[in-house]
Amino acid sequence: MSKFALPALPYDYSALEPHIDTMTMNVHHKGHHQTYVNNLNGAIQGEHGGQFKGLSIENVQRNAVKAPDAIKTVVRNNGGGHYNHSLFWTLMAPTGSANSAPHGDLKQALEAEFGSVDEFKNKFNAAAAGRFGSGWAWLCMDRSGKLFICSTPNQDNPLMEGISEHVGIPILGLDVWEHAYYLKYQNRRPEYIAAWWNVVNWDKVVENYNHAKQQKTPVFDVPLA
Amino acid sequence: MTSNQLRHLSKVFQTFTEKQFSSSVSKFQLPDLPYDYGELEPYISAEIMRLHHQKHHQTYVNNLNAALEKIHKAEEAGNVGDMIALQKMLKFNGGGHVNHSILWHNLAPVNKGGGTRPDGAFLKAVKEEFGSLDALISSLSSTAIGVEGSGWGWLGLDPNSKKLKLEQCQNQDPLSTKNLIPLLGVDVWEHSYYLQYKNDRASYVKNVWNVVNWKDVASRYEKAIA
Repeated sequence: MSKFALPALPYDYSALEPHIDTMTMNVHHKGHHQTYVNNLNGAIQGEHGGQFKGLSIENVQRNAVKAPDAIKTVVRNNGGGHYNHSLFWTLMAPTGSANSAPHGDLKQALEAEFGSVDEFKNKFNAAAAGRFGSGWAWLCMDRSGKLFICSTPNQDNPLMEGISEHVGIPILGLDVWEHAYYLKYQNRRPEYIAAWWNVVNWDKVVENYNHAKQQKTPVFDVPLA
Repeated sequence: MTSNQLRHLSKVFQTFTEKQFSSSVSKFQLPDLPYDYGELEPYISAEIMRLHHQKHHQTYVNNLNAALEKIHKAEEAGNVGDMIALQKMLKFNGGGHVNHSILWHNLAPVNKGGGTRPDGAFLKAVKEEFGSLDALISSLSSTAIGVEGSGWGWLGLDPNSKKLKLEQCQNQDPLSTKNLIPLLGVDVWEHSYYLQYKNDRASYVKNVWNVVNWKDVASRYEKAIA
């Protein structure tokens, strides 16, 4: 029976230096993300996995609210963790290797919704800095095609209908769990957020936006073992 | 003069000055650590203790004071809606201040009682509820390790039944939100251990028992059942 596997990073562990340090990338990918994969597989392949066996990672999110009680928490936290981190790695790239700013329709949409790209960043920064405890900040598209910014606690994401306060298709996300930044930035989360913009892969974000306009979720590698 | 003594002196001066000119809004302060930053080594590094105390706890104190100031202004303006909206900020930061103020005393250097096993009424209650001290340690460890995201594992006392209970709290929710009196807290926010243990929360929790100040825990228990 095939199960989820840890996707490879699209770049070296040191590729996002100096903004995100090598050690953090190592522990974040091989430690934290691997653990989400292992725990998710444990739940789904186990006796209570039932209808979750064989589901796409997107559908694991959408159906997390309906998971059997015995595995509900594990699926929410680790299914979320596997989805969020698989998406996250693709949203970043070494500085200079991808477009460093939003372009095309996405740029226009950001300007239309938030006034300017800078205003969008200000609002996103506020959501990321203001998430108390562990969680993520998101740029999403709702069912009507409107862009919105939100944050979610722990490993929840906006695909988790019935769980997440805000529902939509994620286009851009930022991990603000302390493990994402503590080795380099310690308690200085705003500094991490500011540095992260240097490694955002806007080409990928534009691609996600174009998919979302067709109500499709982001495309990224979801290897199976 | 040690840096702790200097800090204490400046705090005494600050309090004296504030008492002369204080407004009606409470101003909470960062409590001193009862030991130096390096004294919990090798179990918790000096760097972690310094950041945890001087940055994280200080920020909760600052934000708590800011929240109270805002609530006071809203109250003066008769703006109950704003007062309600500020409750989250109060809970996060007030909780953070309450929790960490307990934590610093829950821990002690090995040569000041850290890790020394308790006796007396508290140990008796532990044996009654958990079977043994080791069983409590094992259970509270699992409770703390199992917290999803940021939060705490707690040993608390139910003031109604007078029984010892274990609980998890998310974020900085104080144990009072679960109607329990806090006795011993295990902080599992990643900032508590990450610089030293990285993602190995289990090893951190295992090592923390070497510096748990059981005298402090027992004394809280005795106050709580009185």
